[in-house]
Amino acid sequence: MSWEWGVIWQYLPRLLEGAWLTLELVLVSGLIGIALAIPLALMRASDNYWVKALPFLYIYFFRGTPLLVQIFLVYYGASQFDIIRESILWPVLKEAYWCAIIAFSLNTAAYSAELFRSAIQAIPVGELEAAEAVGMNRSLQIRRIVLPRAFGIALPAYGNEVILMLKGSALASTITLLDLTGAARTISARSYTNMEMYLAAGVIYLAISALIIGLFRFMEYRFNRYQYYNHVDTPKDLDPQLRDPHIDR
Amino acid sequence: MDLQGFGHLLISGTWITIQLAIASLLVGLVFGLMGAAAKLSDNRIARWLATGYTTLVRGLPELLLVLAIYFGGAQILMWIAGWFGYDEFIEVGQFTAGVAALSIAFGAYATEVFRMAMLAIPKGQWEAGLACGMSKPRTFFRIILPQVWRLAIPGLGNLFQVLLKDTALVSVVGLNDIMRQSQVAISSTKEPFTFFMVAALIYLLLTAAATSFTMLMERMSNPAARGNRS
Repeated sequence: MSWEWGVIWQYLPRLLEGAWLTLELVLVSGLIGIALAIPLALMRASDNYWVKALPFLYIYFFRGTPLLVQIFLVYYGASQFDIIRESILWPVLKEAYWCAIIAFSLNTAAYSAELFRSAIQAIPVGELEAAEAVGMNRSLQIRRIVLPRAFGIALPAYGNEVILMLKGSALASTITLLDLTGAARTISARSYTNMEMYLAAGVIYLAISALIIGLFRFMEYRFNRYQYYNHVDTPKDLDPQLRDPHIDR
Repeated sequence: MDLQGFGHLLISGTWITIQLAIASLLVGLVFGLMGAAAKLSDNRIARWLATGYTTLVRGLPELLLVLAIYFGGAQILMWIAGWFGYDEFIEVGQFTAGVAALSIAFGAYATEVFRMAMLAIPKGQWEAGLACGMSKPRTFFRIILPQVWRLAIPGLGNLFQVLLKDTALVSVVGLNDIMRQSQVAISSTKEPFTFFMVAALIYLLLTAAATSFTMLMERMSNPAARGNRS
């Protein structure tokens, strides 16, 4: 097998441009996804049967079908309808970039909504009762207690979701976008250096994942400080009944 | 929905997808068990290799894996075969490349599932097996594995769902699965939304079937829960 390191160096700038597009896709669709996921999760955690049904169907569809189908549905599927083609949305919907953003956002919204819902339901009931007891109304409770608490609880799981999004973003290359995978594909097709290009792309993907994991570790440490906090002032002979398992280790 | 006579094409694609998923599941389970055994072994090199495998594969997109194995796998195989004096041209088929890529990805996640399941079994059970005079492999197959299986099934079920959805990626290198066949249908009917929607519904059906199968397996592997039906 012939192996050429030189080709990797020669095309590295192109790969890095692709990596930048990949990061952009993940970031933009991640933010839109969160914005969509929060109302979905709140609806999903509701007790009303009808309020629950719509997000359930949405989540079921987007979690049960491959991301590739979803991208193709947005990118190729939208052009089937004349209504869409003649609407003012068409300049946006014919761009592969925006189609990828739409598909990724809808997809990650479904997964994150499910994460947020389980986080919302993991909030101890006593905290909500306490909020009620001090006289907060429903929206104030959600804003001050439910969302901040759910954010902390969901953070580690959301980090995994971002890694999955990064891996999913490789599918943007199937709709002509030159993201990291797309760049590696076009270069390797042109220069006949498959393994070199895929290896280089793989190394960059690993570096990005490592970066994301590190970022979420840091955020976890920062936002869930109370879990890493060691209270040292508790007297040794304290009545065991008075010990707080969250503070005293 | 009007399929304009392309229904049989989609059904043949579904069959390919199912075959691909099951073949990758079986090979992937072997990778997962080997990975877990290596991660829990006393041998430092085995542990190191398994950790490298899981970290590496879990950070790479499955699509990149599929592309690399399909376009580069032949190169590597020929290079290895060259050591043994075999210089003929080797071709990696789409199905083989798909199974290889998907099972490698599945195995990396399954390694963690199996490892957690094995760690969840108290050490006392190994010692009890030893005390009854069973050898280590026999304890593993008679006592540990049936329980590991029960603990691992929910996790493996989730992974199988992911695997089922990832089979769509193999269509990118031209395997005639559901996605590919719907694209063929689209190229003559010019109705992308209809056919991709049908493909999506087929995948929904498959994942739903996989979920109920997982639940069945969970029930079958847990006699305690089964007995408690009153």
